[in-house]
Amino acid sequence: MDTMRDRFIAITSQLLAEEPRLAVVLADISADGFASARRAHPDRVINVGIREQLLIGAGAGMALTGMRPIVHTFASFLVERPFEQVKLDFGHQGVGGILVSAGGSFDWPAGGFTHMAPGDVALLDTLDGWTVHVPGHPDEAEALLREAVDGDDRVYVRLSLQANRQARPVGRSTGSTGSTGFSVVREGRGGTVVAVGPMLDNVLAATEGLDVNVLYATTVRPFDGAGLRRAVGAGPGADVVIVEPYLAGTSTAAANEALMELPHRVLGLGVGRAELRRYGQMEEHLAAHGLDARGLRERITGFLRG
Amino acid sequence: MTNTTVAPVRGLRDLSDSPSSPDFPDVNRLIALMTGAEKHAPAAHSTTDALWVLYNRVLRVTPATVDDPGRDRFLLSKGHGPMAYYAVLAAHGFFDEELLRGFGTYDSPLGHHPDRLLVPGAEIGSGSLGHGLPLAVGTVLGLRAQGLTDPRVWVLVGDAELDEGSNHEAIAHAGPAGLDQLHTLVIDNASATHGWPGGIASRFEAAGWSAATVDGRDHEALYAAFTAPHPGRPRAVVARVEPKG
Repeated sequence: MDTMRDRFIAITSQLLAEEPRLAVVLADISADGFASARRAHPDRVINVGIREQLLIGAGAGMALTGMRPIVHTFASFLVERPFEQVKLDFGHQGVGGILVSAGGSFDWPAGGFTHMAPGDVALLDTLDGWTVHVPGHPDEAEALLREAVDGDDRVYVRLSLQANRQARPVGRSTGSTGSTGFSVVREGRGGTVVAVGPMLDNVLAATEGLDVNVLYATTVRPFDGAGLRRAVGAGPGADVVIVEPYLAGTSTAAANEALMELPHRVLGLGVGRAELRRYGQMEEHLAAHGLDARGLRERITGFLRG
Repeated sequence: MTNTTVAPVRGLRDLSDSPSSPDFPDVNRLIALMTGAEKHAPAAHSTTDALWVLYNRVLRVTPATVDDPGRDRFLLSKGHGPMAYYAVLAAHGFFDEELLRGFGTYDSPLGHHPDRLLVPGAEIGSGSLGHGLPLAVGTVLGLRAQGLTDPRVWVLVGDAELDEGSNHEAIAHAGPAGLDQLHTLVIDNASATHGWPGGIASRFEAAGWSAATVDGRDHEALYAAFTAPHPGRPRAVVARVEPKG
């Protein structure tokens, strides 16, 4: 299977030929992958070098002229390092653009903490007007990317090497009201577990045999509060677990807001705040953060019993 | 005195000798509407003369062409002390001078830092230093990508603002990229805490820019520096004014 990043490069290279407004701005990362696209569209595939403040500013400047920029590098250098540029050059200037990150929370564990960005979505959550896509499969990444290219808004697409075995329908087609909603993967009565993007396979394994709803979310902002309310049903209360591949609890406030009309409990699972200071493999990091099937099952059943 | 409340109707080309062209001394009065201290203006404002020459004689943009894809763009990166900017915009009819009286108040579109979504004619919102030059690089890239190689993009930064590293990312990229539509106006009132040993212009020249340093109060010198040809290279004009007191 290709990776989400491979697919992003292939599809974007193709879309550049179809969409004259589309531009790609890079800061060396993935520059090799975009080399042929750059030869075909030298004025619309820009590599600014290892300069991430300029990366965001240049992308936003292109948007000021009416272009639709895709701005891409590792999540830590796309969202965290130039965060004020994201806030001001896109948000405050009132222009749209697509930020596409690679690297996720720990795609390269051997690279250490400098290349990990578990806080990216939480950071963007301090800003208004960002749509956040967290695809769980290259096919989903492609669908969400195509949707983003068609729009004019501010979109963050979080690509990762972590992926589910099977792609699911995602994007606007899945929402109840034309918006991008959570889809129901499994139905049950003893609680609701929301799996975000690449966490789905582990959540399905962890909840095997449990009487719970499993929802699948690839678009977490806007948060599909209506979809969550529908899933928890008309019962007297609701127990909800949200499993996210980034900082634990990132969507807990959004879930609380969606459920404020009924008594409820929310458990936010995800990457822990504490630095592990470990290298190794992704599976080892998932287990260390309790995000493997065993760790998830233990915490989900413990919470639902409580 | 010119009636500045009536927008001068001009085409894309500069027609500064048209009868409706405003007078420079009027900027003094307009700044006073914001500061209430006419005797200090405009000399107290480091950017006034350079802004005047740009809007009056160089930039091909008018109130009628603020949305024209082919217009010249002026990006005020140094958003601190925007009174001269607002006065020059009002003098050229981008908005009614009556707005100047509300400067900084809750209902006014004119803040102590400009907001492009509120100020007619403002290309960017600024205030946080070091954002305008990268945005200007992107603006040139965006124009170029659309085949719009005629419009020029100007960005005004301060010598202290150059302390921000983001500027140096932009300077280092724009030279080798040959962004000759890009123009940086540095207003140098010697306010950078550690100064610029070797000169500001040398930073741009080392990155492949065409650069000149002129007296920031001399309109003819500014005009000559602003309009000098610089094929294949971005242009920097360092306008020296009195050191910030």
